[in-house]
Amino acid sequence: MTKLTFPFTEDKIRALKVGDEMLISGVVFTGRDAVHKYLYDGGKLPEGVNLRDGILYHCGPVVMKQDDGSWKATAAGPTTSIREEPYQAQIIKDFGLRGVIGKGGMGDKTLAACRDFGCVYLHAVGGAAQVLADCIKRVRNVYFYEKFGAPEAIWEFAVEDFPAVVTMDAHGNSLHKEVFAKSQAELAKRI
Amino acid sequence: MSELQNSLVELIRRTSAEIPDDVNQSILASLEQEKKGTIAESALKIIDQNIQLAKRKSQPICQDTGSILYYVDCPVGFDQITFEETAREAVKLATKKGYLRQNSVDSLTGKNDGTNVGPGAPTFHFHQHRSPEVNVRLVLKGGGCENVGTQYSLPDGKLNANRDLDGCRKAILDAVLQAQGKGCGPGILGVCIGGDRATGYEMSKTQFLRLIPDRNPNPELDKLEQDVLKTANELGIGPMGFGGKTTLLGVKICAANRLPASYFVSISYMCWAYRRQGVTLDAGEKLAKWLY
Repeated sequence: MTKLTFPFTEDKIRALKVGDEMLISGVVFTGRDAVHKYLYDGGKLPEGVNLRDGILYHCGPVVMKQDDGSWKATAAGPTTSIREEPYQAQIIKDFGLRGVIGKGGMGDKTLAACRDFGCVYLHAVGGAAQVLADCIKRVRNVYFYEKFGAPEAIWEFAVEDFPAVVTMDAHGNSLHKEVFAKSQAELAKRI
Repeated sequence: MSELQNSLVELIRRTSAEIPDDVNQSILASLEQEKKGTIAESALKIIDQNIQLAKRKSQPICQDTGSILYYVDCPVGFDQITFEETAREAVKLATKKGYLRQNSVDSLTGKNDGTNVGPGAPTFHFHQHRSPEVNVRLVLKGGGCENVGTQYSLPDGKLNANRDLDGCRKAILDAVLQAQGKGCGPGILGVCIGGDRATGYEMSKTQFLRLIPDRNPNPELDKLEQDVLKTANELGIGPMGFGGKTTLLGVKICAANRLPASYFVSISYMCWAYRRQGVTLDAGEKLAKWLY
């Protein structure tokens, strides 16, 4: 396990390679289907959200309002990333993302954008909503709550030692492509 | 609040927060099998921690609390209308309590009213039986695994899959290959051979009511289940698609009659966060016995 700590500079990100197990600390923003389509279509980020050198987390959390008015994330695992494949490369380029956290991996367009602009795909364990919510130490803010609804809103989380594996690095390598090719070859032997 | 509503809220809480014992045992066994020091082992360790933490905190195992599928066995004369009304209220209340995410979106307007209740949500499957018992089973099925579900129409020229059990085997294994880790593996397959398109998918999901270690009473289907499970676990897809030994925890297959013209193989994929629970209600509609 290696620590990856805010700020997420290009040097730090380019040093990572497929298979590295990371513990991420710092600020991350969530964004999923509605946010990706909105930004891809030229929508502006709300004031207070800056994705430059930042990490975007594909996540639609369960967040509960506390008695003192603050929010608490009570379940917050990753959602399937491949749905954002049509939009992700453009968003990495336009907004200067250094990391995308999600699950299931992404395709060739995103992989190329990771290489060209210095970004990595970090795979969190899908379904592990409690372990991952425990790493969210504070919900700093929420944006587009009314516009998109709670799961699709942009949540600003302060995370500590959030576990994820680099499965697509900034050098054109993808664990997902590798596993697919190997499993396809194994299946061919058994058909 | 009625006893029935109390019972159903507790059923939802327990389904969302506590993995059934048969699934837990299967995950622990696969953790033992993975090679030490691999990312596959790390992923299963996180899964194990997550299961324990969700139970202790009484919070959702996965934030995607899924499609809400009720399966109700009831005696003749059972008031299904009142049951449905009460079950909808129970869903609303369980959502307020955070056992369920605000997870139901109007497909036309894109609005999420935060209640989890709307057309087709939740879903009810009533089945009358000649017994006074009321058994309510609940499955919460997340979107990630639902999205990798698929349906084949045989023959399939690309797969060289004909209208026989070997053709079914090819189709099912292709679904496993295409799913990779995207359905949050290690997964469990529910499969229906035959039926029309809708019945096939529906019956594939009822396979998730079976226990993981059970065996199919039909010898041919049993053989196919064991074969697909063994073969899938030789492909090296592994937990989360990270590579590794555990790709599937179980395969459950049923068959329905088909038209001469149709031959569907309908495959539903359940993630490791296999939320399935059930309860027998007593005469006062209180919880009498857990079914899993």
